[in-house]
Amino acid sequence: MALFLEQLLNGLATGSIYALVTLGLALVYGIMRILHVAHAAVYTIGAYVGLLFFNLTGSLLLAVLGSMAVCALVGVAIERFVYFPLLKYPPFVPLIASIAILLSVEELCRLIAGPQILTFNAKLPFPDFHLSGVTVTSTITAVYCITAAVLLLLWFITTKTELGLAMRAASQDMAVADAMGINSHLIVSVTFVIGSAIAAVAGILVGIYFNQVYPTMGAIPAYKTLALIVVGGLGSVPGAVVASLLLGMAETLLIGYANIPLPRDALAFIAMIGVLMWRSQGLLGSR
Amino acid sequence: MSGYLITLGTIIAINAIVACGLNVIVGFAGQISLGHAAFFGIGAYTAALLATQAGLSFWAALPCVLGMSAFIGLLLGVPSLRVREDFLAITTIGINFIVEAIFNNFEFFGGALGIGGIPRVGMFGLKLRGTEFLVLCLFFLVVVMVVCWWLTRCWAGLACFALREEETAAASVGISPVRFKLLAFVLGTCMAGLGGALYAHFMRFIAASDFAFPLSVSLLSMVVVGGMGTLWGPILGACIIGVLPEVFRPLVDYRILFYTMLLLLMIRFQPGGLLGENSAARRVLAKMRPGGRS
Repeated sequence: MALFLEQLLNGLATGSIYALVTLGLALVYGIMRILHVAHAAVYTIGAYVGLLFFNLTGSLLLAVLGSMAVCALVGVAIERFVYFPLLKYPPFVPLIASIAILLSVEELCRLIAGPQILTFNAKLPFPDFHLSGVTVTSTITAVYCITAAVLLLLWFITTKTELGLAMRAASQDMAVADAMGINSHLIVSVTFVIGSAIAAVAGILVGIYFNQVYPTMGAIPAYKTLALIVVGGLGSVPGAVVASLLLGMAETLLIGYANIPLPRDALAFIAMIGVLMWRSQGLLGSR
Repeated sequence: MSGYLITLGTIIAINAIVACGLNVIVGFAGQISLGHAAFFGIGAYTAALLATQAGLSFWAALPCVLGMSAFIGLLLGVPSLRVREDFLAITTIGINFIVEAIFNNFEFFGGALGIGGIPRVGMFGLKLRGTEFLVLCLFFLVVVMVVCWWLTRCWAGLACFALREEETAAASVGISPVRFKLLAFVLGTCMAGLGGALYAHFMRFIAASDFAFPLSVSLLSMVVVGGMGTLWGPILGACIIGVLPEVFRPLVDYRILFYTMLLLLMIRFQPGGLLGENSAARRVLAKMRPGGRS
């Protein structure tokens, strides 16, 4: 029983991390209708910049803030220079551009920081928990707390502020939003800033959680998060979060208890195709 | 010709065959596919298994390979009827990952060790190698191109074009979206299967990682860079994407970076493809043609 609970808690932590990466993707898809594969590149940059600042200053807070700032800039640069000019083309044109960015960033990281796995030895300021034989490590506590905080903040921004109202308007119809006096291009950029800053947090958390930072760390999340936003319902942020948490737990439990001859990354896609055939708009999506 | 050039030429010819197949699905019928490497792999594995386990020759196995690819194309074309555009893009990515995982994890497909010892193609009692095999690939490329050209002229091809432009309007004038989307999928996957069979007999060793998702991206890049929906686009694309990494070889460590950056720039500044409508090459050609506009 204790083992099962620990597995479940681990799965929930994996799911929370998926949720942090998927959030940005769902936000971007919701407003721009672009499959932003390069989001995983932003996340890799986030991990590397965070590690660099952490090693330079020794302060985790500075590392997180610095990494968020750099990632926000990278995100806006991708949006301004690549995606926006390609908006009028069929959706796979920006998709290919996005994949090209992901591959370029992987190569850049490999050339600058080297192909080896770097360690991220940071102690997160969160306590351990021991409850009747079940141990929750400080890293897992941190993952839960940070994910919850990010989700709450995002929920507050999108539902309670004028910026959130403008974001929702722009995601429904950009031309009409423009006519209502909303600078929708600015709103798109703001969305990229928010999504990319969350990706930076996710990158640093993953780096600390697995104690690994390496150039191709974005390769698997890049496509798995695509499956997740589809399962959640394209563009639906709550759907993406629910799908991420479910997948994290399902993966951990299936690998732990069922003898499945396929790797865990294939499971995500099998689940995705199953959901699509059953509900082609995704779990929480609307037609 | 040196062995290096012949090998490069053969790989480009095989890629061009597969890219032509993808062009039928993406360029003619307007259905995005990011899992074409999976069908390439299915063709290669069918050919390899028939050659090593059943002992069939390339020619005896070819109809089975084409039949198998067409059948699986039909099976996996069904999702395209249910989902569209972005959903379809991600579904096909998923299919690619699942097929690769199955090849990699099931003993029947050789598992992580792949399949080795695939014999060369025999013809008139000769074993084809080097230049002869290149000629064989070029012959099949011409066959594939003739099929594509015929498709742009015949009724079925025009029906596919109509679906690409506006599905609802096409359906309202009696063009069945189900039938012609599946036709495009079956034709496209058949060509991928043919390419796969040639690849298996050329490399004589195949493993699951040869057919991973990055190859699907390269194949779609060939079609888009060359010019989607055009006859010569995929071939030009296959040449460019095949030759570029070789040209950048002196850059050693920076090779992949230059290649991906160039791909990004081409997509960014020539999104319709080098031979597509409104492309720089088309405008130059139009100027050169006597009486051409602009």
